[in-house]
Amino acid sequence: MDFGEIFNEAIGEMVSPTTAAYALAALGLAVHFGYSGLLNFGQAGFMAVGSYAFAMSTILLGAPWWIGLLIAIVAASAFALLLGIPTLRLRADYLAIVTIAAAEIIRYVVTTNSLTKVTGSANGLAGFRQDFLRLNPFPPGNYLGYSSPDFFYRFFGWGLVIIFGLGVWLLMRSPWGRVLKGIREDELAVRSLGKNVYAYKMQSLVIGGGFGALAGLVFTLPRDVVQPANYGTELTFFLWTCLLLGGMSTVLGPVIGAMLFWVVLSLTQNILFGLIGVGALPWLNPSQAGQLRYILVGVALMLLMIFRPQGVFGNKKELAFS
Amino acid sequence: MSEPQLTADAVDYMTDTRPIAEGPAGPGCAKRDPIVVADDVSRRFGGITAVDVEHLEIPRHKITALIGPNGAGKTTLFNLLTGFDTPNSGTWQFEGTNLEGMSSYKVARLGMVRTFQLTKVMGKLTVLENMRLGASAQPGEKLRNALFQGIWGKREKDITAQADVLLAKFKLDTKRGDYAASLSGGQRKLLEMARALMVNPKLVMLDEPMAGVNPALTQSLLDHIKNLKAEGMTVLFVEHDMQMVRHIADWVVVMAEGKVVAEGPPAEVMRDQAVIDAYLGAHHDVDLGAAGGVQELEEVLAADEESVVGTEDAGILSEESVLSEDSEILAVRPPDDEDDDGDGTRERRTGRRAADSPPDVVPGTSHDSRED
Ligand SMILES: Nc1ncnc2c1ncn2[C@@H]1O[C@H](COP(=O)(O)OP(=O)(O)OP(=O)(O)O)[C@@H](O)[C@H]1O
Ligand SMILES: [Mg+2]
Repeated sequence: MDFGEIFNEAIGEMVSPTTAAYALAALGLAVHFGYSGLLNFGQAGFMAVGSYAFAMSTILLGAPWWIGLLIAIVAASAFALLLGIPTLRLRADYLAIVTIAAAEIIRYVVTTNSLTKVTGSANGLAGFRQDFLRLNPFPPGNYLGYSSPDFFYRFFGWGLVIIFGLGVWLLMRSPWGRVLKGIREDELAVRSLGKNVYAYKMQSLVIGGGFGALAGLVFTLPRDVVQPANYGTELTFFLWTCLLLGGMSTVLGPVIGAMLFWVVLSLTQNILFGLIGVGALPWLNPSQAGQLRYILVGVALMLLMIFRPQGVFGNKKELAFS
Repeated sequence: MSEPQLTADAVDYMTDTRPIAEGPAGPGCAKRDPIVVADDVSRRFGGITAVDVEHLEIPRHKITALIGPNGAGKTTLFNLLTGFDTPNSGTWQFEGTNLEGMSSYKVARLGMVRTFQLTKVMGKLTVLENMRLGASAQPGEKLRNALFQGIWGKREKDITAQADVLLAKFKLDTKRGDYAASLSGGQRKLLEMARALMVNPKLVMLDEPMAGVNPALTQSLLDHIKNLKAEGMTVLFVEHDMQMVRHIADWVVVMAEGKVVAEGPPAEVMRDQAVIDAYLGAHHDVDLGAAGGVQELEEVLAADEESVVGTEDAGILSEESVLSEDSEILAVRPPDDEDDDGDGTRERRTGRRAADSPPDVVPGTSHDSRED
């Protein structure tokens, strides 16, 4: 068993485009839940809407990358409005129910066979990144061990995480963010002070959903394929895991949470495989090991909730009053 | 908050002796200068009718108390008037603006701001942030301005200054940077009231503002409320403490079972037999806080044939147990409650001073609560 190799791979996972996508989507959840108290259990749906909107506009309409990006954001905003308009006046649980159902509806619709021409059904759509790759400013070569396009995907993904992380940080320090936090604490009290709570919740839902759509792009562009199986309910719950791991009402929380999540997955997988390889775990086969690592992540999350319930970056003082 | 020309008017509002009502006082009577007018407002919850107000006018620039037994519909009426609940029928206006169907935040923006009986503070925001949240006209609360501190920084400074003045008035300045969740129940009441004033309201509606606030602070709060009137605000408050109502209210509205049953200046309303029967009780006018108050109640009760005082059933209501050396009022124990430990009884009968007992234990029940 080569620990250097295992360690290297874990570091690789930490900065992968997928991790950046998780970080961005979890940042969206932080805007929703950590700052505004909105329970969005359909972030995978927002990611799917973003990815499919980009892929479909590129493949079916031949749109350039920026039109695709625009369409992705518009589609995610429309999705947020569609979910928010009937539910945001109601109690928090209604949004949770509607988002989880809507995300599943999206997944089933794009899997439908009768839509194969448009969505590619279960196989999904492939080949939509050529125009986007023309943005790549890095000439062919070796960048920190990555090829030029691979480095570009990471640059793009983490660039977005940094820009939007800063954006969220600034927003939440502003009076606008204060109203959101007030709504999280007590919606009625905020209304009694003359704030249009419904509009603020809608803005929050659209912003966080937009982050989800961008995360969808960061996730899907390096693969150059978008498939419904990638956007199941478990994706949403992995994102929630990242958020809880890192801490909810912080900007660094979801980002570090996503990194931790993937490092732990990678380490446990490779260590288990290594142990199986040297015959130390005769009762475990590799496919079981793949499942076991999710169990271990669950255990890690439980331990964290017991010993550091505010998450790695959360504020202990805030938690004392929840 | 107070514009300069108000100092001249202030004398007016405080010493204004023009009649409040237009005709004789009575349930639903018309006011000379009403700020709120409600007609046929009713709200039913399933079978019960929580509010059924035929006509009600709240006088402008006055302090009006809304009293009535538990469940009379006072809080529900507050909710209806401020848009937090929708009535089954009725119309109502604030300064001539029809509020029917208007959402609560718009009502607040018009200048009609309420507090809640079950105090609502934003626990994980600091006291100062709670206050700032109350301020209006902060351009930084718009998403498009939020990223540009240049646009909202100046207003934020003004807001903070206004908040600091109010926090000092309400004795919360030392808590400025603490999370609101760390405040005590009474401090939360104060914060909620101060926060409502940040909106610069024309009408403040306070739902039991003094519940849980200590007597010394109640005094200074009464002054603050009177000052609100001096600054040109109108106050409507719900309160069960009759001393407070007597001290500051210009006008009293009595509700029972959803209806307005009496209205008038405090002194008159409290003599109204219907009000006494429905709400105040026969001996409400004895001030237990005043010197000799307990003795007075004692005498009044002794003369009352429905009272056990002065009979052999009096139990610890009898004079020697009621009057400890510093006239402390002891909790009433039912006379048939067996006291199997003579020690506790003797201590109470000899009039233990408050300082001898743990502060959070009611004298007279301390023994039982520790044993159980
Ligand atoms: N949401 C509700 N659902 C059902 N019944 C309600 C609701 N709110 C109030 N009620 C009923 O309406 C009546 C009036 O209640 P309300 O809270 O207005 O009383 P109140 O006068 O404020 O009493 P208190 O002095 O105890 O605060 C009560 O009988 C109560 O049970
Ligand atoms: Mg009430």
